[in-house]
Amino acid sequence: MTPMSNPRSSFKMTAQRDDALASAGTSRAAVGKVSATDVSVFYGDKQALFDVSLDMPDRMVTALIGPSGCGKSTFLRCINRMNDTIPGARVDGKIILDGEDINDRKVDPVLLRARVGMVFQKPNPFPKSIFENVAYGPRIHGFADNKTELADIVESSLKRAGLWKEVADRLQAPGTSLSGGQQQRLVIARAIAVSPEVILMDEPCSALDPIATAKIEELIDDLRSQYCIVIVTHSMAQAARVSQRTAFFHMGAVVEAGATDEIFTNPRDTRTQDYITGRFG
Amino acid sequence: MTDAALTPAQSAKARARAESEARLKRRYRAEARFRFYGRAAIILALAFLVLLLGRIGLQGYSTFTDYRVSLPVQVNADRVDMADLGGSNFNLTVAESALALLGETDDPYGEASAEMMAILSGDMGFQILDRLREDPSLVGQTITVQGPMKANASLYYKGQISRDTEVGGRLLSDRQLDWLDELRERGVVSGGFNWTFLSRSDSTEPEQAGVWGAVVGSAMMLFVTAMLAAPIGVLAATYLEEFAPKNRWTDIIEVNINNLAAVPSIIYGLLGLAVFINWLAVPRSSPLLGGLVLALMSLPTIIIATRSALRAVPPSIREAALAVGASRTQTVFHHVLPLAMPGMMTGVILSLAHALGETAPLLMIGMVSFVPGVPETLTSAATVLPVQIFIWENASERAFHERTAAAIIVLLVFMVLMNLVAVLVRRRFERRW
Repeated sequence: MTPMSNPRSSFKMTAQRDDALASAGTSRAAVGKVSATDVSVFYGDKQALFDVSLDMPDRMVTALIGPSGCGKSTFLRCINRMNDTIPGARVDGKIILDGEDINDRKVDPVLLRARVGMVFQKPNPFPKSIFENVAYGPRIHGFADNKTELADIVESSLKRAGLWKEVADRLQAPGTSLSGGQQQRLVIARAIAVSPEVILMDEPCSALDPIATAKIEELIDDLRSQYCIVIVTHSMAQAARVSQRTAFFHMGAVVEAGATDEIFTNPRDTRTQDYITGRFG
Repeated sequence: MTDAALTPAQSAKARARAESEARLKRRYRAEARFRFYGRAAIILALAFLVLLLGRIGLQGYSTFTDYRVSLPVQVNADRVDMADLGGSNFNLTVAESALALLGETDDPYGEASAEMMAILSGDMGFQILDRLREDPSLVGQTITVQGPMKANASLYYKGQISRDTEVGGRLLSDRQLDWLDELRERGVVSGGFNWTFLSRSDSTEPEQAGVWGAVVGSAMMLFVTAMLAAPIGVLAATYLEEFAPKNRWTDIIEVNINNLAAVPSIIYGLLGLAVFINWLAVPRSSPLLGGLVLALMSLPTIIIATRSALRAVPPSIREAALAVGASRTQTVFHHVLPLAMPGMMTGVILSLAHALGETAPLLMIGMVSFVPGVPETLTSAATVLPVQIFIWENASERAFHERTAAAIIVLLVFMVLMNLVAVLVRRRFERRW
């Protein structure tokens, strides 16, 4: 079942599951695959995020929406510690992945990023062949013992990303020779090749045309069954289509978070209402 | 319609249109002027380049032909002391044979033979010496020797000295000119490509002087420079750009690197003199020493070029690699460096080409000396192309001046080849999309 054909039913399912989650109790860590508590981010003296707390459950898509510069991408980059690579950036607060604080000294950011994959706004395949793009991650993490295994990982990753049929006969062609939408799916294949548990997507469709966007959205819905997906998006329609949970960010803080259909049909905060009805942002 | 018929609004509109048309015209005129200036600048620059290359070419091309004479030489037994072969005057033997060929005899004072010796290269005397050493039975026989004409005689054949040139300027007497004409008529003189110039090293005799020693010296020195400057520069730049924290210390280092790139090259020569010669006792005038000094000189340029090549790699590639769990080192070595490679190689090769043409620091470390042989090791005395040009330019003999221009041509060819390599390398790496 694809979400495009019948989005309502999946929303209903989500809502039920959400209720179940809500009734599970107050233990936040037990609820989310990824669970952020009071996360603040500083770039030098400037504070970009203010005490953000958010649960991102497994096998669901959590959408982060909000106007430009509201901190949703900053928050996303905390989850795989990409902010570490920015000089002068400081992250406070707790982010728990499977009961483990990812900012703990014992957690190696390089290994963390293998568990938390990321897809960027602009497709950024390596300037190498399609095969090499997907094979790079498994190779540096030593996932494959020989060439056949590596080829198997590449094939299954491309299949899961829905790109295999289009590129099977030209795996040695440069990754950059693909179209924008294909490149973005290649990048998703690259991310899932290292068997992550969480996939972060930073406006993955904003550089794509509507048809390519539809394909990516379809793919996101397929991937939901295996991963915890967090997606930043500017398109509220997209958030409504692909996500089960939504968090609305404003001025570096979470205004409202909850089940997607709840947020879109019955927002509790007036700012959320104003934003989703297009009155600002 | 008259002006009076126009309403105020209409006339204001017409005025505004006229103004905007005038503005447009001024804009087009400004653009046309600018284009003209640009073209004029390019034409001027090209004209100077053509003038420079043309003059060097015109002055130097004649070096690449020379005139050789082949003479039957009667090796007179009573002239040769087999006990001391080197002590015999074989040049006189050659000159006498040449005179005999022309049907003349030497006068009692030896003036004719002396004048003949002045138009035939001493190289032929050495050839006879070598052959006698190999085979002493040649004494008393007639052997054919082939060798170059003296440089002044060649200049006469090339038409750069004529009978009209005043005697003081041509250094050849009328009698010598007569002999030269006669030798040519007898067909013993032949013109050809001047292999001597490309295969020999410096000599006090212009007809025996060549650039080979300087070419080898330059190549050795450049090898040392490349082996030191390229890896050190690339590693330093990579560390500074990709790994070093951005703080006060790295800022100071960066400012100093930029300043070092602007330090006059002769200062590096002084540094080499003080540090490498006086303190570390590196042999003077050696390719090793020159290479060390030029490596120091090239380092800042290589670091700056490499850093800008690294900076040109899109950050999205770094993010992509980090996001699949590559470490910083893996990101740099697997993705960033390969992408920056064309730019880095271009920077390295261009700064090496710059080092190839550098003269001033080498003067400070004693490379400006007469080196008649090809350097055998990195520590043996050597000269390099730009210094060879400097030395020949200061020589008094007329024939050295054309050799100066010819050496410049050789140096330019060397540089063009290096730049060609730079272009090919860039193409080669860029083809990987």
